[in-house]
Amino acid sequence: MTTTDQIPDVAPRRVSGRALIRAVTRNRSTLVGLGITALLATVAVLALLGALPSDPLAQDPPSRLLAPSPDHWFGTDQFGRDVFSRVAAGVANSVLIAVVAVAFATVVGTAAGLVAGFYRGFSDTAIGGVTNILFAFPPLLLALAIASVFTRTWFTVAIAIAVVYTPIFVRVTRGPVLSLREIEYVKAAVSTGQHRFMVMLKHVLPNITSIIIVQVTLSLSWAVLTEASLSFLGLGTPPPAPSLGSMIYEARTLVTVAPWTMIAPGVVVVLLVVGLNLLGDGLRDTYDPRKRGSR
Amino acid sequence: MLDTFLHNGVVQRVGQAVFTLFGVAVFVFVMLRAIPGDQITANLGTEAAALTPDQRASLEAYYGIDQPLIGQFFSWLGNVMTGNLGFSSRAQTSVADLTLQALPITFELAVLSIVLALAIGIPLGMLSASRPNSPRDAAGQAVGLAGLSIPAFLLATTLMSVLAAQFGFNPNGEPFARLFDDPLLNMQQMLLPALVLGFGVAAPIMRTTRTAVLEVTSDDFVRTARAKGVPPRRLQIRHILRNALVPIATMTGLQFGYLLGGAVVVEQIFSIPGIGRQVLLGIQQNEYALVQSTVLVIALAFVLVNLLTDLLYRLIDPRVRAA
Repeated sequence: MTTTDQIPDVAPRRVSGRALIRAVTRNRSTLVGLGITALLATVAVLALLGALPSDPLAQDPPSRLLAPSPDHWFGTDQFGRDVFSRVAAGVANSVLIAVVAVAFATVVGTAAGLVAGFYRGFSDTAIGGVTNILFAFPPLLLALAIASVFTRTWFTVAIAIAVVYTPIFVRVTRGPVLSLREIEYVKAAVSTGQHRFMVMLKHVLPNITSIIIVQVTLSLSWAVLTEASLSFLGLGTPPPAPSLGSMIYEARTLVTVAPWTMIAPGVVVVLLVVGLNLLGDGLRDTYDPRKRGSR
Repeated sequence: MLDTFLHNGVVQRVGQAVFTLFGVAVFVFVMLRAIPGDQITANLGTEAAALTPDQRASLEAYYGIDQPLIGQFFSWLGNVMTGNLGFSSRAQTSVADLTLQALPITFELAVLSIVLALAIGIPLGMLSASRPNSPRDAAGQAVGLAGLSIPAFLLATTLMSVLAAQFGFNPNGEPFARLFDDPLLNMQQMLLPALVLGFGVAAPIMRTTRTAVLEVTSDDFVRTARAKGVPPRRLQIRHILRNALVPIATMTGLQFGYLLGGAVVVEQIFSIPGIGRQVLLGIQQNEYALVQSTVLVIALAFVLVNLLTDLLYRLIDPRVRAA
């Protein structure tokens, strides 16, 4: 149910690495967002490399539903599996799906938005039409419908989410490209006989990087939420692979006897989304021309 | 009047919506075909393999899937347009009847959620905007961030299990009561889902309110009003909020559209037999006709709500002209 309509208003701008670092470190809440995101990304990488206290799938019935202790930091679940390892593996799963989905949406959506805005004409009409059609579905519903068509693997879940978020990238890039194509240096480049496609890549694309960076960050948070919701409904990452959404689903009947089985994945999914949202909001404020220097 | 409509680009907007809906129908149809298997295997399961070629051919003719795809598409579209949305074999009812039962429930939930969201979001946004970058702004923004970041399913499950375990409050454990059959129980059953959804929707409304109020506050007419001694409360409501209402109304319309179709998770958790739950049940039970038709109905509702918001917005605000 997250809002695909909250397309941030960002000025087209070329982004240098140093300026980006300055933008992130200047604002306290952006820094907090970066910290949380970096911490959880590290956990995800460690989990993907297999560096976990115990196997997230290994069952150990005698030690089931143990409260958090030095042996099991977040306790154990109804099958005696280590909740900390499962949460870490769940973060890895969330991050992996979100990154693949957003990467796909960014590449396809930005390319389509560039072409639509720069070449106008038929390509603009066609791309705009498809975008409108995809926008006609509530996001979670569209992801559900697409995910239900394929045999479920983590990759098809990622693709379902990607399809939902691609039109946002089309919409955020097309507008600025429309105005960039009318700017003198772009016109000049075209008139010197350079190929229009090369002009688009060399003179237009670099100027929309700020918009894309902000959109990528915010989309990552929505993708994490969508994946968790799909898994909660049993249509996300197939079991037994741990996913934060399905862990919360399983914990709902245990919450009175073993609250840690819900608190751990619950807190972590909220942290992950909060971190990405803070980072995205901070970046947006930095690049939003209307907020700069005001108040 | 017609002239105003043409002038505002209303006709173009309606035309675009019709085109989009046609595209939605094509998309839904293609997805239906992309699913492995057809109506025959969906109904007979593995027994479909035992059919003789003749039996299979006659079943294909019965379901109309021996026709070319284009023909199938238009006969399906014709059926949908005349209200024939297909038949649910599990429920033994037409999908149209099921949808007519489910839609008012989702509509009620959406209205309640939006009312709660406005009641939370607008005052919070105004509070934040009244002193930007102050502790009260930070508090307001934190609530907004929580609304955006806490997944509905997490909030819903936590509320439900804690209230049931601690206070024995679990109206959703009872069979669902329709609004006109048992209003009291219905309201109890709607309370938690509407709160969960309302909290999530309050966040974008709060953010929109804050931005819009901040923007209007810096306008010249506000300074003039303040200079001529308009009391602060009156200034906030009559002068500032009124002018900030257009973006808030747009955001509310969009969110209402989402709620009509996006309440899948919350309806599922609280056993509210609405339209979102209908889609989910259809998916879980492999009832493709049910899923596709319901998704189409939801997309239709979504496009219509967006169109209405857009048209209202053009009529309310004389500054909006077709660009």
